[in-house]
Amino acid sequence: MSATITPDATPVSVTLESTEIRSWKAPIALAVFVVVAVVLFVVLGRDGATTFRLSSDSDVVQLADWVLPARPTGITVTVLLALLTVVVVALTTMGNRLSARARRMVLAASIVAFTFLFLLGFLTWAAAGAAIPVTGLLLGTVSLSAPLIFGALGGVISERVGVVNVAIEGQLLAGAFCAALVASVTGNPFVGLVAAMIAGVLVSFVLAAFSIKYLVDQVIVGVVLNVLVLGLTSFLYSTVLSVDTAALNTAPRFPRFPIPVLSDIPVIGPVLFRQTLIVYLMYIAVVAVYIGLFHTKWGLRLRAVGEHPQAADTVGIRVNPTRFWNVSLAGAVAGLGGAYFTLDSVSSFGKDMTAGAGFIALAAVIFGRWNPVRATFAALLFGFATNLQNVLGAIGSPVPSEFMLMLPYVVTVLAVAGLVGYARGPAASGKPYIKS
Amino acid sequence: MQLELRGITKRFGALTANDHIDLVVAPGEIHCLLGENGAGKSTLMNVLYGLYQADEGEILLDGAVQHFDGPGDAMRSGIGMVHQHFMLIPVFTVAENVMLGHEQTSFGGRLDLDAARKRVREISDRFGFSVDPDAIVGDLPVGVQQRVEIIKALSRDARVLVFDEPTAVLTPQETDELMAIMRQLRDEGTSIVFITHKLREVREVADRITVIRLGKVVGEAAPTASNSDLAALMVGRAVELVVQKQQARPGPASLVVENLDVIDPNGLKVVNDVSFTVHEGEILAIAGVQGNGQTELTEAIMGLQPRVNGRVSLGGQVLTGLSVRRVLDAGVGFVPEDRTEDGLVAEMTIAENLMLDRSHSEPFVARGSLRLEHLDGFAEEKKKEFDIRAQSISTPAGRLSGGNQQKVVLAREMSRDLRLLIAAQPTRGIDVGSIEFVHKRMVETRDAGIPVIVVSTELDEVVALADRIAVMYRGSIVGIVPGDTPRDVLGLMMAGERPSEVAA
Repeated sequence: MSATITPDATPVSVTLESTEIRSWKAPIALAVFVVVAVVLFVVLGRDGATTFRLSSDSDVVQLADWVLPARPTGITVTVLLALLTVVVVALTTMGNRLSARARRMVLAASIVAFTFLFLLGFLTWAAAGAAIPVTGLLLGTVSLSAPLIFGALGGVISERVGVVNVAIEGQLLAGAFCAALVASVTGNPFVGLVAAMIAGVLVSFVLAAFSIKYLVDQVIVGVVLNVLVLGLTSFLYSTVLSVDTAALNTAPRFPRFPIPVLSDIPVIGPVLFRQTLIVYLMYIAVVAVYIGLFHTKWGLRLRAVGEHPQAADTVGIRVNPTRFWNVSLAGAVAGLGGAYFTLDSVSSFGKDMTAGAGFIALAAVIFGRWNPVRATFAALLFGFATNLQNVLGAIGSPVPSEFMLMLPYVVTVLAVAGLVGYARGPAASGKPYIKS
Repeated sequence: MQLELRGITKRFGALTANDHIDLVVAPGEIHCLLGENGAGKSTLMNVLYGLYQADEGEILLDGAVQHFDGPGDAMRSGIGMVHQHFMLIPVFTVAENVMLGHEQTSFGGRLDLDAARKRVREISDRFGFSVDPDAIVGDLPVGVQQRVEIIKALSRDARVLVFDEPTAVLTPQETDELMAIMRQLRDEGTSIVFITHKLREVREVADRITVIRLGKVVGEAAPTASNSDLAALMVGRAVELVVQKQQARPGPASLVVENLDVIDPNGLKVVNDVSFTVHEGEILAIAGVQGNGQTELTEAIMGLQPRVNGRVSLGGQVLTGLSVRRVLDAGVGFVPEDRTEDGLVAEMTIAENLMLDRSHSEPFVARGSLRLEHLDGFAEEKKKEFDIRAQSISTPAGRLSGGNQQKVVLAREMSRDLRLLIAAQPTRGIDVGSIEFVHKRMVETRDAGIPVIVVSTELDEVVALADRIAVMYRGSIVGIVPGDTPRDVLGLMMAGERPSEVAA
């Protein structure tokens, strides 16, 4: 038993072997969509041609319309979709020959291509014999996404600092209400904008106070706040605003302000640069939050507090004040999104006018993996789904309108459940910091 | 800088964690604070670091009374701390971690990462650390993470450096390197407080030793004091340092593990092609630094890991693929490494915890309802047998000391008909008296002809208990060696070097 043992100098490999966990989620999902494509585009294929209008009459540069014959396009698209699915299946079963990185790249590219093709096929099929205003579709997407993006930015800030923000819906609604009321009374949309931010901050104060100081479960506080704000604004709407609608609920809207030169670029000019001040503020906010989070002292400390509050504490960062003020800031940003409803899209407040936008924004936060830029794209996706329903409804599509109304929510569920799967958020998000 | 603590008292409710503690640490000296788990060492250092406020007493630096409202104040006064649980943000880079809290910014408020990188390289070069400032901390081995902690403290010009149980996560070689670093720091004039409960380390590196027991200073000792003297001072009575056991009489092979892989949610093989057997009547110790796959290995045998390849069988019965209930029914006893998280339900009483694994059948349940009188009798019996010190069997388990909690877990696991006992870190964080008790029960279990697996990161424990030792590194078994293998060989194996000649 007592053999002498001398270690030799061959160390065991230093890195752990990695095995890809095979996921059949993507191939199965794609196969389901191929079946849908076969049924819609081929079996139920429609005759006639679909016109994609790339310019509106007021554009400086006029692009020619794009005309696709519906049935041949549908069949071509279905074949291409089937091919892409085969690629993804092959990748899942025999992908081991590629490096993990290459495999991820191919998979991502396939899914993006698949999405675009399916969308093209669907639009061609749904609008056969009619015309789709592409700029209108995209312009509406930006409009509908703006409040979602503000809400998502608020959510990203709040969750990154460690407080789950379920109250985005409440912040949006409070922002919309106060913006309408204050702008109507003062006749100045800028004052309304400030009022919306203050309203968002007030909702945040309650969230922050209960979750940070009194350690109440953050999700519960958030849900309760949403119900509270909904009840409160609806009550004030019926008892105060409806009494004198002309004086109290007729807000002046921000005018459209086309940016010279940029707004003349075909397609993206009218979509992105013929917007109101709030939308331009949104562009700035996305960039500012991104740079702020990842390249400044503010962001470094904020993320530290959300990841490992005790570590932040031991280097002299005051955890709870940091959380309190950043949750308030998140409320101000979300409040801006609320102002968009009453100072941009329509000029008056209506009961529950946000209609769940805050929850879609919350989904965008998770879908965007707590990154402000990715969350913005997620919000754009949800906005696009909503607007697609509007546009197709207007040109009269064969899909029942009730079904189209589901679209944004179906997209949200699929996106968050299917594509994100297990996403790792800030480690200490939702956990109160109790100093022993 | 000279550090002086005068009459520091800290109470948590009825418990006095620190009772009028006096301590002087001179510049350029390594002062060891020796004491058992729960003696109050960490509380004292948290007071010093501004994390706790002392109820009485004062802190002096170079004779001037200090007042620390938070760690920020302590750091500004030149106190740095290398925490037992690293205070690093795993998703940040080394440079970001080092700059956090005293960031330099360049134009427009942007972080000046270049300055931070330079600072990291400077300190890293001075001590020969070779730490990459752009590495993500969570990807680094724990030994390197500890160096990042040291860099972090030094980058703030710490003149007093506290090391809180720094060797718990290190291999013996890394421990030696850390000692060398501590000596180098001391020679440059830094005052060092070294908190530990390991006698060997104290004797090796300390210039002066202060022993704390139950929140009080019980004495000072010279580094030349013998192990048994130090242990007696620390525990308050003479301590048996070696486990009494006879030569093992191994029977036939019982537990057979063949080519076991465990894959974690990120697709990493945290246990890689592990094979070993454990015979009846022997203790196989699984040694290795924390986080080299030991936890996952034991969980895989228990059926707690979802993605497992390979085969585990006990006395011919295949365990892989069985539910945890079936594995328990097969006669496997399991002491999990984190007793408060996985071993006990803190809110439940001792009696309820004792029957957790048998809450589904006779004799504790009849016709769908609990037989409380039977449970009470059983619990009273076990309380006596395992010397569980508590007011009554209806005391919530969470209120017990670590040692008594562990006895509850042992009592539960060992009161079934065992055919295998797996004990992961069975003595972590418990007092010396309980350690002796737990070790005795392990040896008794072995002598009853049951195969025993002990997973431990403490080399002392491994050497004391094992008949054979399997050393794990990065998910693989580096080698299986006899129980009398010299420590330095085990140390090298824990760092991943294969023994050239492996004896069974």
